[in-house]
Amino acid sequence: MSPRTPDFKLALFVLASGLAALAVIAVTQQNGSAPAPAAQPTFVRPRHSVTIRQPIQQPRVETGKTDPQGHPITVSCGSCHATSAPRPDTRLASELDEFHQGLQYQHGSLTCLSCHDASNYDQLRLADGRGVPFPEAMSLCAQCHGPQYRDYSHGSHGGMTGHWDLSRGPRQRNHCVDCHDPHAPQFPVVQPAFPLPADRGLKSTSTAAPHHG
Amino acid sequence: MDNPTTPSPAPANIPASAGVGRRTALKAVGATLGAAAFAKALAPLTEWAPNISVSEFLQKHYKQLGREELAAILARLEAETLERYGAEVHISDVPPQDDVQFAYALNLSICIGCRKCAEACHKENNHDRPSQQSYIRVLEMQKGSLDLEKGNAHYDHPVPQKDKFYMPVQCHQCDRPPCVSVCPVEATWKEKDGIVVVDYNWCIGCRYCEAACPYHARRFNWTTPSIPKEEVTPVQAYLSNRIRPQGVMEKCTFCLHRTRNGRLPACLEACPTGARVFGNLLDPDSEIRWVLENKRVFVLKEDVGTRPRFYYFFDE
Repeated sequence: MSPRTPDFKLALFVLASGLAALAVIAVTQQNGSAPAPAAQPTFVRPRHSVTIRQPIQQPRVETGKTDPQGHPITVSCGSCHATSAPRPDTRLASELDEFHQGLQYQHGSLTCLSCHDASNYDQLRLADGRGVPFPEAMSLCAQCHGPQYRDYSHGSHGGMTGHWDLSRGPRQRNHCVDCHDPHAPQFPVVQPAFPLPADRGLKSTSTAAPHHG
Repeated sequence: MDNPTTPSPAPANIPASAGVGRRTALKAVGATLGAAAFAKALAPLTEWAPNISVSEFLQKHYKQLGREELAAILARLEAETLERYGAEVHISDVPPQDDVQFAYALNLSICIGCRKCAEACHKENNHDRPSQQSYIRVLEMQKGSLDLEKGNAHYDHPVPQKDKFYMPVQCHQCDRPPCVSVCPVEATWKEKDGIVVVDYNWCIGCRYCEAACPYHARRFNWTTPSIPKEEVTPVQAYLSNRIRPQGVMEKCTFCLHRTRNGRLPACLEACPTGARVFGNLLDPDSEIRWVLENKRVFVLKEDVGTRPRFYYFFDE
């Protein structure tokens, strides 16, 4: 079997037809006429969707009280913030007199109101002042984390499941906040799964282990 | 030698006295020894008899199988899996697609070394449970160095460590695979979509390929794999994750039973950080093409000329 031959020919063909299309465009542009439409890729157009998980819905704040059935009572952000004045300098929960106590905050030098909208606490806020609903927080993250958003947009950042071939099935993708807590976005340190038995693999720097398949 | 006057019974153990020539005697001894040697040579087969059926012993090479022969083999393998493991599985033959060339890329800047990929591989590919086999080995590497010899595959502390990076290594599906050229029986070859496969029923277990692989990516089945029946992955393919017999080589197949049906490999789905990128090199809109065109990718041991299909990169 010479597996590379047909594919190599195919690759050459694709390359050649691409060059030919470019040449056609160049010639038509030189002639001053409208450029010819670029050659359509021969790949099957995607039929299935890429869905991004929606881990954040409208957040609710625990009151610490329970209803008669024992369920915790939660309120919307605006319930309290409608009557309390915004404090634009607040950075840490420890600076607050009440509520949000214990919130671990480690996100650069941002303040609460860098992302939360002082005019409507039930939504977020972009740097230019426009409001953003919580489920669309990704556009907020992307303001500062452009390279990550670019990589994410091209499928090289963030976990996914499903199909690489969208003509054969859908794909599900993680949202930024699936892995990064917005208040402390550093990916958590974890204990690795699946320890390799000591008798297999490359030599350990601590223990000399023999090679075994 | 005939003496009727003094009849005495000739000793049975002296053939010459029984009237047999020296040459004949030697022939008889030779035949006896020959038969014994032949029996000895066949002994491994008779010892294996309970595990190897006649049809398996006479099975042809994968590439020589007709459609019906292959179907019969798949049915036999399914029945054997049911008999030996108690698991109902579906083993199919998944051919490579046209217009698909698989490639893999791994972002070393976001891999945290959690080994979820190795664990997923272990489960997906029906590896032997006691030996914790997996096609993926994650190396903990010192930042600023790419010396694989200093990589530690046995780290057991919270990850990521600040001064380390983590490099999962699995089969690179080389375009010039040394493992294929050393195989004395052509039990392993490169398919047209780029995946290097093994016919586990043709492999003789000589382990030449394991020695030839510069990435230490091939594994040997030292024992008959032991897997609880409820843990057997039921979606299987002849050339990938069906349960391998003892004494044969095995390797990562980019999960061809999944990927040739359009799905992502199990190790990619298990990756919590999205360090892994998989796709079709021939599709200009694919994620893998974007990575190859926009990231500074490199391959391991480029100087040995294996031309891997597995790329690594760091974010700037």
